[in-house]
Amino acid sequence: MEAHSSEVFVIGLTVFFLACIIGYYVVWSVTPALHSPLMGVTNAISSVIIVGAILAAGPLGHDSSKIFGIIGVVLASINIFGGFIVTYRMLSMFKKKPKKEQKD
Amino acid sequence: MSTNMVAVLYLISALMFIFALRGLSHPESSRLGNIFGIVGMVIAIITTLMFKSVLSYTEIGAAIIVGGAIGTFIALRIEMTALPQLVAAFHSLVGIAAVFVAAAAFYDPASFGIGTIGSIGTSSLIEMSIGTFIGAITFSGSILAFGKLQGTVSGKPIVFKFQHAINALILLFIAFLIIIFCINQSPSIFWTIVVVSILLGFLVVIPIGGADMPVVVSMLNSYSGWAACGIGFTLSNNLLIITGALVGASGAILSYIMSKGMNRSIISVVLGGFGGEQTASASGDNSDKIVKQGNAEDAAYIMKNADSVIIVPGYGMAVAQAQHALREMGDILKKEGINVRYAIHPVAGRMPGHMNVLLAEANVPYDEVLELDEINHDFPMTEVSFVIGANDVTNPAAKTDETSPIYGMPILDVEKSQTVLFVKRSMATGYSGVDNELFYRDNTTMLFGDAKKMCEDIVKSLA
Repeated sequence: MEAHSSEVFVIGLTVFFLACIIGYYVVWSVTPALHSPLMGVTNAISSVIIVGAILAAGPLGHDSSKIFGIIGVVLASINIFGGFIVTYRMLSMFKKKPKKEQKD
Repeated sequence: MSTNMVAVLYLISALMFIFALRGLSHPESSRLGNIFGIVGMVIAIITTLMFKSVLSYTEIGAAIIVGGAIGTFIALRIEMTALPQLVAAFHSLVGIAAVFVAAAAFYDPASFGIGTIGSIGTSSLIEMSIGTFIGAITFSGSILAFGKLQGTVSGKPIVFKFQHAINALILLFIAFLIIIFCINQSPSIFWTIVVVSILLGFLVVIPIGGADMPVVVSMLNSYSGWAACGIGFTLSNNLLIITGALVGASGAILSYIMSKGMNRSIISVVLGGFGGEQTASASGDNSDKIVKQGNAEDAAYIMKNADSVIIVPGYGMAVAQAQHALREMGDILKKEGINVRYAIHPVAGRMPGHMNVLLAEANVPYDEVLELDEINHDFPMTEVSFVIGANDVTNPAAKTDETSPIYGMPILDVEKSQTVLFVKRSMATGYSGVDNELFYRDNTTMLFGDAKKMCEDIVKSLA
């Protein structure tokens, strides 16, 4: 059992607070016009929880843990694909349009 | 793969996610940001699949394909006006996925290196139950938010006696359950925590009204991040902790921006019940005032002879799907040499940035769409303000009337422009239940009718 001495927890806590601070500054730099895509992207990346689901679904055999893992993988995959695709759709609308009327 | 290699790959993945958010600082860099996000996710998944304990590739592959197909199908089909519902639905999935991962870790702690069944370390149990608790709340809260946005559940705030006391009691009960769970590690207590947290999620969102949804959706976004964080602590996985914290911070900041846009504290939005009670008291004293009415031809004439027009869209534009007709109107005006711009209030629509996406969908160039701070000082120099589907965010009472429920809310100063054209279905009050004195001003002309139809008629008259 390497994990879960208090040291591991403190390292996790360190990572957590530093990540919160990075998140704080990065998110404030997001332009308000893109707040909807921001929600789309954060929604997709929060499904990185799929990592935990894959670990649970990994072992051979069919215990309850594995079934929970498989369900978790399905749910997180819906989100990952859905989140990134809907964000892509939104962002492709924000492309710079060629302005014809200014030329003539 | 060695533990260090895994840690490095997870770190790269986390950095990719940070770049993904960073890319959103400008529309031009945003698409690259989205690609960074996808790359980060692919790295995370492949790295995990390389674990020695991960063997059942067919099942996992099938699960990813099934989930991916469903997600792709939904994301390609969804109308942009329905984005808020979609995002709420997706949040609920993150929440419930967190619950399942926590359950898996509880039933098979050895796979995650956190002990054996019946003797999981206390800190792991606490982290696990907190992740479960937040995940379950996110799940049910998002489902109810989805229902309210979709219209399957009434968007009106549902308030009942002792609401906050009941919620507080349930919260205490959950804390008590978690303590018991840490002591006896019983599966039945685990599932009780799940069920009670789901109940609490419903109760938390029930009193919150439709137009407060931008705050709720942002808050649930934040919760889904904290849930991932909780699972990250359980599994001692830095990637989950970092990503969860990024998402949590993002949702929290959006909630803050949204509630500031309504001049209300996050607490008061969370406690809810806004918009239900005041409805009756506000109207009445304005019943004898005169409202100037106009039609599409009048509006076309007024705008054609102006130098500058600012369009102020709101949720009503989304409901009427008027964005394309509106853009067409804007294009004709621009061809006449008129300076046309769009002004977006922070809380316009049902999720942060909702109006920007709809206008972008209708091919309005993003540099013509301005935020409140950027454009508010231009209204006095503007000849025509064209308000379509917005109401409370233009109400001057927010600046003058201390008794008004929206007092102190930052508004778009449309009343300072020479003429205000106000497209509205009827004289009904806005979401806040407050009458808008703007309707009775001399420089205001009301255009009654459906927003889309009105824009189309104006386009015809302009042609």
